[in-house]
Amino acid sequence: MNVLETQALTQVFDRSQSAWLRRLTGAAIDQLVAVDQVSIQIAPGETFALVGESGSGKSTLARMIVGLDRPTSGQVLLNGEPFNPRQMSHRRQVQMVFQSPYASLNPRWRVQDILREPLQAFGLRKSGQDQAARVSELLDQVGLSQSDGARYPHEFSGGQRQRISIARALASEPTFLVCDEPTSALDVSVQAQVLNLLKQLQKDLGLTYLFITHDLAVVRSMAHHIGVLKHGQLVEQATADRLFADPQHPYTQMLLDAAPVIA
Amino acid sequence: MSLLSVQGLRVEFPTRRGVLTALDGVSFDLDRGEILGLVGESGAGKSMTGAAIMGLIEPPGHMAGGQITLEGQRIDQHPERYRGSHIGMVFQDPLTSLNPLQRIGDQLMETLKIHHGLDDATAKRRAMQALDEVGIEGKRRDHYPHEFSGGMRQRVVIALALASDPKVLVADEPTTALDVSIQAQILALLKQLCRDRGTGIVLITHDMGVIAQTTDRVAVMYLGRLVELGATDQVIHQATHPYTQGLMASTPTLAGSVDQDLFQIPGAMPRLDAVPAGCAFHPRCDRAMPQCKTHAPEFDGRRACFWSES
Amino acid sequence: MSRWDSDFVYAFKRSPVACVSAGVVCLLVLAAVFAPWIAPLNPFDMAALNLMNGFTPPLAPNAFTGETFLLGTDDQGRDLFSAILYGLRVSLFVGFAAVALAMFLGVFLGLLAGYRGGWVDTLIMRMADVQVTFPSILIAMLIYGVAQGLIAPDNRGDLAIGILILSIGLSEWVQFARTVRGTTLVEKEKEYVQAARLMGLNPLAVMVRHILPNVTTPVLVIATITLALAIIAEATLSFLGVGAPPTEPSLGTLIRIGQDFLFSGEWWILLFPALTLLLLALSVNLLGDWLRDTLNPRLK
Repeated sequence: MNVLETQALTQVFDRSQSAWLRRLTGAAIDQLVAVDQVSIQIAPGETFALVGESGSGKSTLARMIVGLDRPTSGQVLLNGEPFNPRQMSHRRQVQMVFQSPYASLNPRWRVQDILREPLQAFGLRKSGQDQAARVSELLDQVGLSQSDGARYPHEFSGGQRQRISIARALASEPTFLVCDEPTSALDVSVQAQVLNLLKQLQKDLGLTYLFITHDLAVVRSMAHHIGVLKHGQLVEQATADRLFADPQHPYTQMLLDAAPVIA
Repeated sequence: MSLLSVQGLRVEFPTRRGVLTALDGVSFDLDRGEILGLVGESGAGKSMTGAAIMGLIEPPGHMAGGQITLEGQRIDQHPERYRGSHIGMVFQDPLTSLNPLQRIGDQLMETLKIHHGLDDATAKRRAMQALDEVGIEGKRRDHYPHEFSGGMRQRVVIALALASDPKVLVADEPTTALDVSIQAQILALLKQLCRDRGTGIVLITHDMGVIAQTTDRVAVMYLGRLVELGATDQVIHQATHPYTQGLMASTPTLAGSVDQDLFQIPGAMPRLDAVPAGCAFHPRCDRAMPQCKTHAPEFDGRRACFWSES
Repeated sequence: MSRWDSDFVYAFKRSPVACVSAGVVCLLVLAAVFAPWIAPLNPFDMAALNLMNGFTPPLAPNAFTGETFLLGTDDQGRDLFSAILYGLRVSLFVGFAAVALAMFLGVFLGLLAGYRGGWVDTLIMRMADVQVTFPSILIAMLIYGVAQGLIAPDNRGDLAIGILILSIGLSEWVQFARTVRGTTLVEKEKEYVQAARLMGLNPLAVMVRHILPNVTTPVLVIATITLALAIIAEATLSFLGVGAPPTEPSLGTLIRIGQDFLFSGEWWILLFPALTLLLLALSVNLLGDWLRDTLNPRLK
């Protein structure tokens, strides 16, 4: 069974003026279909990569999947059941790693408090001692040292911050992680560290990923399955090997041609 | 004589915790019609090098050593005489170089009139020529910057830079904010202009793919120092500095695979206030020798490293 | 945090204006707090007053009693230095309390408007828009008048200070609300807030735990500038006779008393309270300006 599935997931943004203003000015209803009936299935332990250029709707899709935005229509299934973001047992299983290493951590909080918050929110560790033990376990898992817990986010480099962000996402013991361009703000040598860490965690913890990126080279080293998104529509979906060897859709072919190749 | 020559460039930033050396002994030459890539991670000093060439280092930072010459003449003492006319520039965010309240055709004419004292008719002709060259035609010239997409705006900025017929163009991450399909077009445009006009281009980027696709030669920077310099092919395929090798190996490629981990350089580039003694790269280097910890290797025109293959 | 702190201290030490104005503010606050110990006389102890001491000029012995007063006395024979110290107490207390009220109200409404958006935002911000079209002193007088009307005359004296705080506080919340709303709009789109939402935190928890700590800097700046405004507003109201009662005179009340004697030659009764008010308001204002420039580089 799939860990996560979307069924004709659609997001329509209404950009029109309010009803009475429209009547006054005679303006038409103005709607933007950001995500158009996207259906994907993600098998356990796999990485599904969503590729697209800016404005393709990939981040909007991610926000609906994790439950930050309500879809206009369609639904998300978690382990075959409709995903209900208000239910803590569902909520706990779907977490996210964000793009910006700077905006994704509260600058006023110490790292240990950032990592402890999900434990408290989900009631996973009751005593302070258990929480501290879990925090140090998380720091260890993402390759940070124990003393890092007492420091503030601004004391870390971009790559280390992304590790903290990953640790926070792992705190609630999720089964499914959405990674929204987690390395696009990082330097190459640090990007490799973070990508390797994500792969290692996937193996160790049996995680399933939805990996969102515009970088096809990154996709190549991360994804088992790939979906190509253009103007909110899924134009192609295939296994990674097939997509790179034999792209079917002209848009996919164009993306592959345009990607800078080191040859 | 080379077109642009940077010799022993040193840039310092006095702070209340001491003087930070942002650039140290950076030297390279640029020929006519050549594209030189400056590559490195954020904080390596590649943008600072570009700013030094244009004389745009933010005070209290200043050039503390070395010289920059254009066709044999020193330009670092009076950069404002060359900036915008002899040396053009293109930045990552095109909106910073465009006036939002002026039609792009008018902006170009204005620039020409101010920089070269041209009359209306000549300025107009030259402006239209420049826009032709970057592929902006017809009534689009009467549009305002906000009416263009990111890629088209970058074309306008390139036209703006080229209208003065500069000898050197400094392009700082010109395609970083653009989608790959647009990026390919802009890079092709830069290449073509370089060939057609003989303009020398310094292309600053963090993206090895862009370097591979566009540049003739490449200079690799680390923590304000040049670590390797050579023909692009050579540097990419036969890198001789451990940092360049690591950088190449950690770059994901389309030929990669899910089952293979990427090569990773341990640690991260230190900040300028914590530059290690000896070779700046030695704490992250897997081939560091005792002397690397105490002595900084000299840049010999090709690379700065004590380690050798043999 | 540590870097911010040390940079802040460094910038402070390098600014003579900041050092001097902070010094003056500290001095005045300390003088107000310790007034009962510093003041040579209790100016409100009727038994200690000697009418014969009235109108004694500064540093000159009184013609009848031979007593000398540092800043002279008023018509009642009250030591002006002591009266100013006690007046400072009232002025500062009303100022701080009014700012605290305005801050609490403004921060809460600003957070709510920014985070919830929609009609809640529209309602709060339109209210703010309407309020700023009137001078805040007018609003304060309106609130003061309404409160006076609601309270029985016997209790007015006891509640006067409270009403003063309420009316100034309610007239100054808008600036807090607008700033906090703006910052909230920026912060709530940041990814750490989304991460908090992914933990199923309720909106109140997100606002208080995550957004509030990140709006403190602009709030601190506005609080300082508002403090100067509140002190002046209090003095204005008291000067107009609708503020601090004669039994608890503030600097404004002293100035009102003093202006009756300005043209009859007893200039000191007006001058010294007025100078104190000027010094206080000016240094708080300069401190606020410096804080704004230092903590918010965008405004430079």
